[in-house]
Amino acid sequence: MAQPASPTAPNQATVVVPDSEHGGGFPPFQSHTFLSQLIWLALAFGLLYYLMAKIALPRIQGILHDRATRLSGDLDEAHRMKAEAEAAGAAYERALSEAQSKARAISADTRNSVAQETDARRKSLEAELNERLVASEATIKSRTAEAMGSVRGIAAETASAIVERLTGHSPDQAALNRALDKTSTAH
Amino acid sequence: MAVKMDPIHQFELKPLVSFGHIGNQEIAFTQSALYMFSAVGIIALITIVATANRSVVPGRMQSMAEIFYDFIGSTLRQSAGHGSERFMPLIFSLFMFVLVLNMLGMIPYAFAVTSHIIVTFALALLVIGTVIVYGFMAHGTGFLKVFVPSGVPGWLMPMIVAIEIVSFISRPISLAVRLFANVLAGHIALKIFAGFVPALLAAGAWGIISPLPLALSIAVTALEFLVAGLQAYVFATLASIYLSDALHPGH
Repeated sequence: MAQPASPTAPNQATVVVPDSEHGGGFPPFQSHTFLSQLIWLALAFGLLYYLMAKIALPRIQGILHDRATRLSGDLDEAHRMKAEAEAAGAAYERALSEAQSKARAISADTRNSVAQETDARRKSLEAELNERLVASEATIKSRTAEAMGSVRGIAAETASAIVERLTGHSPDQAALNRALDKTSTAH
Repeated sequence: MAVKMDPIHQFELKPLVSFGHIGNQEIAFTQSALYMFSAVGIIALITIVATANRSVVPGRMQSMAEIFYDFIGSTLRQSAGHGSERFMPLIFSLFMFVLVLNMLGMIPYAFAVTSHIIVTFALALLVIGTVIVYGFMAHGTGFLKVFVPSGVPGWLMPMIVAIEIVSFISRPISLAVRLFANVLAGHIALKIFAGFVPALLAAGAWGIISPLPLALSIAVTALEFLVAGLQAYVFATLASIYLSDALHPGH
């Protein structure tokens, strides 16, 4: 498969040229290079393994671990702060509702006491008015009776005066009274 | 021209410093070794130099290292389950090593270390060797339960055990060949399609269809980047699954 364009090679060099060029075949299968490749592979990979196992991987693991703990720490802190804020909010709400209920109680109390006061005042006023009404009625009655009494006297006087002028002598007091009684019962 | 067109030429090892021979084995610091150590350097740059500040808010390079760590860590945990943390350095090193070598191989004119089966086979043997050694260390002969699945009727057992043993032995081979063949075939395909472009241009009137292989080689390049990442992931995942046998041989 090798050396398609070297018709001159066999003339110049016998075995050495193909040997140094292709080593007699397909390079990956040239077994005379195997030991050398294995030695360098062992050295390179051994070095790589040592570097990774002793330095790189523990360091990267440490970085990732640090970051994870720091993140979780920050998250915890954030959670704690959030809880605090929520507690503060709840306390505020509680204080607000307490104040509201207190204000409601105060307003109800005030309304009640004011209503009681006006009620009492109204009642006393009514009682006073009733009293005055009763007193006025009594006064009216007594005055009426008084007036009625005087009316009888005036009527008797007038009647006796009229009878005296007409007849010339004063009428009998008893007959006058009878007549007066008759008129007053007729009414 | 002929040498450039040769799609196999790119896989040759070029000794930079030769240390002579042991038997028929040539011991030399080749470009392959240089790429291996470059890969180690690049990985160290990402995972060690970039993380030196240990910043809580990572920069670009540090977050790349963290993403790789998380990615491999979760892959390993899902595949190998409880107790797999002890294999994190191995799986992480394997994944990064294969990934960076595959990616370096995608640079034009660069050399793909993973196109040599001895390299992928050595890595696969490292995995299987770890499975066997850790399995016997942790479970003693109980590790042999890995060949005896539970819930199989007795008369089937000899056949099942034979199949399990064959499948266990074929694991390192399939692991090694999968990575090697993917990288090798991809690079050969790339080289061939790209080689058509100058060949057609040099062939006079045929040059008019030269954009065709050019477009194709661009598409294959994209595909090869996918393969480079995917094969590293597949290697690490399969290694994790095999290691889960060492951790929990009873299934």
